[in-house]
Amino acid sequence: MRRMTKHRSIAVILLALSILGGYFIYSSEVKKSDFAFKLGLDLSGGTHLVYKADTSDIADGDVQASMSSLRDVIERRVNLFGVSEPVVQVEEGGVVGGGGHKLIVELPGVTDVNKAVALIGKTPVLEFKLVNEAALTDLQAQIQALGPDGKPIDISTAPASKGEPFISTGLTGRLLDRAELEFDQRTGEPQVSVQFNTEGSELFAKITKENVGKRIAIFLDGTVISSPVVREEISGGKAQISGGSMTSKEAQSIVRDLNYGALPVPITLEGTQKIGASLGASALHASVQSGIWAFAFIALFLILWYRLPGLLASVSLAIYVVIMLLLFQAIPVVLTSAGLAGFILSVGMAVDANILIFERMKEEFKRGRDIHSGIFEGFARAWFSIRDGNLSSLITAAILFWLSSTPLVKGFALIFGLGVLVSMFTAITVSRTFLLAVAPKSHGKVSTFLFNNGFKN
Amino acid sequence: MFVVLYRKWFYAVSALLVVASLASVAVWGLQYGIDFAGGSLIELEYASARPTVEMVQKQIAATDVGAFSARESGDKGFIIRTKHLTQEQHDAVISALSKDAAGKVTGADEKRFDSVGPLLGQEAARKALVSLALVILAIVLFITYAFRQVSEPVSSWKYGLIAIIALVHDVIIPTGAFAILGHFQGFEIDTLFITALLVILGFSIHDTIVVFDRVRENLKHRSSGEAFEHIVGKSISQTFVRSINTSMTVLISLVIMYFVGSEATRHFVVALLVGITAGTYSSIFLGSPLLVTFQKLQEKKSR
Repeated sequence: MRRMTKHRSIAVILLALSILGGYFIYSSEVKKSDFAFKLGLDLSGGTHLVYKADTSDIADGDVQASMSSLRDVIERRVNLFGVSEPVVQVEEGGVVGGGGHKLIVELPGVTDVNKAVALIGKTPVLEFKLVNEAALTDLQAQIQALGPDGKPIDISTAPASKGEPFISTGLTGRLLDRAELEFDQRTGEPQVSVQFNTEGSELFAKITKENVGKRIAIFLDGTVISSPVVREEISGGKAQISGGSMTSKEAQSIVRDLNYGALPVPITLEGTQKIGASLGASALHASVQSGIWAFAFIALFLILWYRLPGLLASVSLAIYVVIMLLLFQAIPVVLTSAGLAGFILSVGMAVDANILIFERMKEEFKRGRDIHSGIFEGFARAWFSIRDGNLSSLITAAILFWLSSTPLVKGFALIFGLGVLVSMFTAITVSRTFLLAVAPKSHGKVSTFLFNNGFKN
Repeated sequence: MFVVLYRKWFYAVSALLVVASLASVAVWGLQYGIDFAGGSLIELEYASARPTVEMVQKQIAATDVGAFSARESGDKGFIIRTKHLTQEQHDAVISALSKDAAGKVTGADEKRFDSVGPLLGQEAARKALVSLALVILAIVLFITYAFRQVSEPVSSWKYGLIAIIALVHDVIIPTGAFAILGHFQGFEIDTLFITALLVILGFSIHDTIVVFDRVRENLKHRSSGEAFEHIVGKSISQTFVRSINTSMTVLISLVIMYFVGSEATRHFVVALLVGITAGTYSSIFLGSPLLVTFQKLQEKKSR
């Protein structure tokens, strides 16, 4: 009897934990907390772009570095979009893929492909602008004044009562000859040295001559990098850009951006995928609906066929669903329509271990075992086929995950593999605990009915 | 067990289905999705009534994008497939379709735009083939290993060989079904179809392993003089209910997904429905009886 009490308490704890888990999933979804489900582009709507990188002109040893600086450049540009959680990643083709490098950009919520492509493909903008101190001070005063109420200040729309704080000079990266990384001879700080072409040099000399004592702001992609004071006329068209806290790595990447004009690695758009928000939302709705119905029908089938064990299997299937959803939130797994299909499929498959065990139990009962030892024996004997069968499914999932090139299939493989692992756990430990918790000691008519199943064969 | 007894009939059913599938592929060929073939796909939805197919075809033809196909989708939509479009060509098609015959702008919402360059398509197709081959190879090696202790009367590599036969059977039948559905309904061979095939392989092998495992166990407790044929028959009948019930629960999920689920995965679900049915059939009616056939062949040789 003591053993039964133990199984009963474990069963109660398991139930309580999974109800808590279910509540956690529900509340994090309602509150949209950090743990809320991450939806793939096909469910949330957005743009998925695949660029092929041409690394043929880059020495083998530099390919990795160039690709990562490519990613940084694109990431910086994508961030200008103001998209929440954009994804920029480099993908290596590997042996199977043909050895090419790809850059994948995902922009949730963006459906204007043209705008996205234009922004990503643009060259970095280097601009030299004159600082209008009076306007700037005025603007800063406004920011100081408005700041404390917590509202962010948008400088571009703030009223510039004393004129534009930065005045365009016409000197831009278009007039650049080349850029180099240098170190300041006194302080040892890294700096970017730019050399203008003839036209640029003349313009630069003119600007510096006319504005001695004033500051010039150097903009890169719309952000001020530094704003040195002009001490004298600079002829020869050479300028140093040094931000106080610029690391040599940052300086290096600026040099690279400027030198390559566009990008460290030339890229071409190979694939585009755009999914409208309404299409994504309806796909999500349909997936959730089919998940609920599939679960209900499977539970009904199990209870009709296997009676009490079937009911217990349905409960452990519910726990399976809770664990999987928690894992989706914790890892986090990006959910796609194919991933959700894989999940619903895995609910159907997760039952398999239970069915194997129940059929085995039934055989043991037939041989005259009592319910308790029948349960133990059924589990022990079913284990080998559960193990071998699930291992082969795991092999499939691993190969799919490893080789798949689309996020759709990767998501599917991850969910499928997770499902196999978790279903083994729930079938072997959870179902067993529940069964042992309710298994009667005596062989009454009722308990025999409850533990029997299906048709007599 | 009737499955072992009438195995030739069950082989005949499989052979017939396989031949029919291969013939469908030979006659109609396969429709490849843009993710393998490369190309662009535009899904449009009109705010009010949609124009006729002829109208849409005329509008696209005027934009000079080369060969294309346009078919109706849903109540107010169209799906248009073309070769890989450039940004400008894409814009031209959209603006052409957003106007009615008189040139007045109507509301056409672009719900989906997929575009895959030829290089990317080739790469995806190559990856798909490699992963199929790898999965089959890995599973066969795994089975040979898992059943390594079983060598009498059929050696363990033959279990692996039978698994390949069953797996090839399970891959060919849904492919044949998609050749037919592709010809009449526009079903395409795409990344999701290949994924479905891999899932079918995993599921079918899982089923086959359950029966083989039973054979392995029954061989251990074999009473002297018990025929191998009898052992296999017994193993099939012992696992029969389980195989059917497991397939039932999976088929329940799939049927529900077909009717309720997302449009994006509907063809994927059809592939799984066909394949999992074929897989269940092959593990009960093809794989295990083949063990008996192999053993008989071996007997004949040694005699």
